[in-house]
Amino acid sequence: MSTDIAGLNDLAAVPTIRERLARLSASEYLALGFVGLLIVATVAPQLLAPYGPLDPDEANVLVAPSLAHPFGTDYLGRDLLSRVIYGTSRTFFGSAVAVVIGLGAGTLLGLLAANFGGWVDAVISRIIDVLLSIPGLLLAMMIVVSLGFGSLNAAIAVGVSSVAMFTRVMRSEVLAVKNLPFVEVSHHLGARRAAVLLKHVLPNSYTAVLSLTALQFGSAILWISALSFLGYGAPPPQPEWGLLVSEGRDYIVSSPWLVLLPGLVITLAVVAISKVSQIVKERFSR
Amino acid sequence: MTQHAAIEVSHLSIGYRPSPRADLLNVVHDVSFSLEAGQTLSLVGQSGSGKSTIAQAVAGLLPANGAIAGGHVRLAGTDVTRYSDKQWRGLRGSTIGYVPQDPLSSLDPLQRVGTQLAQALRVHRVVPRSEIPAKVVQLLEHVGIRDAAQRARAFPHELSGGQQQRVLIASAIAANPSILIADEPTSALDVTVQRTILDLLGEFQEELGLAILFITHDLALAKDRSDTVAVLNHGELKEYGNAAAVLAHPQDPYTVRLLSDAPALSPDKYEQRHRPIVIGGVPAVEVTDLTKTFGRATALDAVSLRVEPGSIHALVGESGSGKTTLARIVAGLTGFDSGSVLLEGRELEPRPPVTNHHARQLQLVYQNPLAAVDPRYTVASIIEEPLLIHGVGDRAARRASVEQILEKVALPTSVLTRKAREISGGQRQRVAVARALVLAPRVLVLDEPTSALDVTVQAQIIDLLLELQSQEGLSYLFISHDLSLVRQIADDVTVLQQGRVVDSRPVLDVFTNPLDPYTVELLDAIPGRAIARSVA
Repeated sequence: MSTDIAGLNDLAAVPTIRERLARLSASEYLALGFVGLLIVATVAPQLLAPYGPLDPDEANVLVAPSLAHPFGTDYLGRDLLSRVIYGTSRTFFGSAVAVVIGLGAGTLLGLLAANFGGWVDAVISRIIDVLLSIPGLLLAMMIVVSLGFGSLNAAIAVGVSSVAMFTRVMRSEVLAVKNLPFVEVSHHLGARRAAVLLKHVLPNSYTAVLSLTALQFGSAILWISALSFLGYGAPPPQPEWGLLVSEGRDYIVSSPWLVLLPGLVITLAVVAISKVSQIVKERFSR
Repeated sequence: MTQHAAIEVSHLSIGYRPSPRADLLNVVHDVSFSLEAGQTLSLVGQSGSGKSTIAQAVAGLLPANGAIAGGHVRLAGTDVTRYSDKQWRGLRGSTIGYVPQDPLSSLDPLQRVGTQLAQALRVHRVVPRSEIPAKVVQLLEHVGIRDAAQRARAFPHELSGGQQQRVLIASAIAANPSILIADEPTSALDVTVQRTILDLLGEFQEELGLAILFITHDLALAKDRSDTVAVLNHGELKEYGNAAAVLAHPQDPYTVRLLSDAPALSPDKYEQRHRPIVIGGVPAVEVTDLTKTFGRATALDAVSLRVEPGSIHALVGESGSGKTTLARIVAGLTGFDSGSVLLEGRELEPRPPVTNHHARQLQLVYQNPLAAVDPRYTVASIIEEPLLIHGVGDRAARRASVEQILEKVALPTSVLTRKAREISGGQRQRVAVARALVLAPRVLVLDEPTSALDVTVQAQIIDLLLELQSQEGLSYLFISHDLSLVRQIADDVTVLQQGRVVDSRPVLDVFTNPLDPYTVELLDAIPGRAIARSVA
């Protein structure tokens, strides 16, 4: 029976990107659409924002959401929607830095640990165990306090605290891949270890790590917002998502939208990005 | 007993829906056959021929996206074509027993085999609850398991493959069915175990008057074990009738081709090829007193063999005999404890380095070509990789070598841009052979290179290997569990049993005059052996 199934697989054509997109559900389309919107807001916020992010309007201070100001205005009369839109790039840049640090260092450490084994693996794995035993946000706060406040330092802190997870995933993937027959074949053909590692082991262990990257991007947004909320990140008057929530806190009773709407955007962004990472993982990897 | 046939299939068409809303895509077209009580019918065909689909339809086990598109299935005169799941449940076990292909994955690994058998008995209320434990032991004894009372407490992984299959047979006959469907019941088993399992099924057939629907890809097995055969190709019935008559005088060209491709039924197909080169010169591979242990287990015990230059030396034995370990040692993938391995006169290190230094002398061809190639690589880059590793030529020269070798293995250049999973199994093995040959090695170690392939594709790959061997003057160390194939193509054969060499002589000597009792046992277990002898 299993041979018959293998025979059917031979005949199944690899679906094109268009066919794969056609199979998505409505919620998956919504997630893709929202992420697309976020990308536009990052690259060209002026296309979406109705006002400048720093333009005060003394006539309209703390206005409730309306057609003219869909998200309302803050205590200086600045349009909240425009501030959220302009804040996207800052938040996303921070998350990107964090993910690149986590991905880069995690991939390297995981690859080294799994490939060399022995004491290299023991040392790396124990360090990772220690890092994983400290709650991520606490670790990030410790790092940002020792580096000094600022949006870049907050991003670095979040990045470093996510290294452990990337290392773990990469290590287990490499351990599985490095014993596959085609890796042995390459050695048998006379290839050197480093070449096999780069050409076969790394590309084939990367899929799982890449899907983790998209997921981690979502949590990085959350963490960076949290650090900014606590005042460790971007200084005012920069429009940064966590900072917007923090500034709105003083007016939470009279103008709750100042906290609720940026918070909603952060939540939606994290949910949409993790949904997209799931789509990528399920539909577009082998 | 009854005037009705046990199974009667008339004008049966079966289809699958590629997606939930799509139309049925027929994979079985207008098939009719019938099977009487006490008889065996073999459904023979290659992968994708629809033989398993028909068996599933007869057992009411079609997957959710499959459906009977036309025709009828009658079991003992009752039309079951439109039966619901609930109705089928009443038939399973009590009317139809099913013996699956892969015994280990068909048993729950976390439950003792006795418990699993007891479940089958409880569901069908064969005996009162209080008598179930005794009945379990009795069933296990019935299928030939020694110390049945004690073995009933074993977990599936503690049993051998043959014993697992016996347990499944016990569970299939527990509720006294009148029909048994056996879907390739022995294809995962060694040849000697295969024989005992099939003998067991034969005994039950006589004892219980079972009608057996036997699904197999092995024509020789069908010939040995069945009264009637139905040959299927692409879902169509090509030939149907008395087993001996059909296989002795095939009418359909497809059956003729299957017969000539089956090694067991055409032992002298490559007779003119034997011994093309005179003995002498440096042996391609010379193994002397080789010993290898894994922990306390001895995998190889003082093994010696000589692969003459330009010859095909077969290595046969059952699973666990150490043949793959020996192949890996010769290929420089595994170290050894003592003894020596000479590759064209050059000694291999007992602890080989990770990077192989003998790549240009010897290459290994793996059993499963799909696992042996990087899934991200195209065929072109797979074949080019050895040239890149050894810095052979510039881009254009490498491209030319790839195309040249592709022509040698008879693959179209259109496959170059595809990935391994996008081509057929036979094409994959050709790609693997091409990659092994692109560095022009003198010796190939072939580890069951055709065991994952259909018989016709196997015949094509064997043709290719023999052609390349005579063109390039290669020497092969050919590992196989298929003795019929070895008889067809090899010059010399070494028989391994539990890590020891029990025979190592020219192949015709071993087959016509086996000296060791183990070799005799192996030879007798070959399906279709009786025919092979009468032809020879």
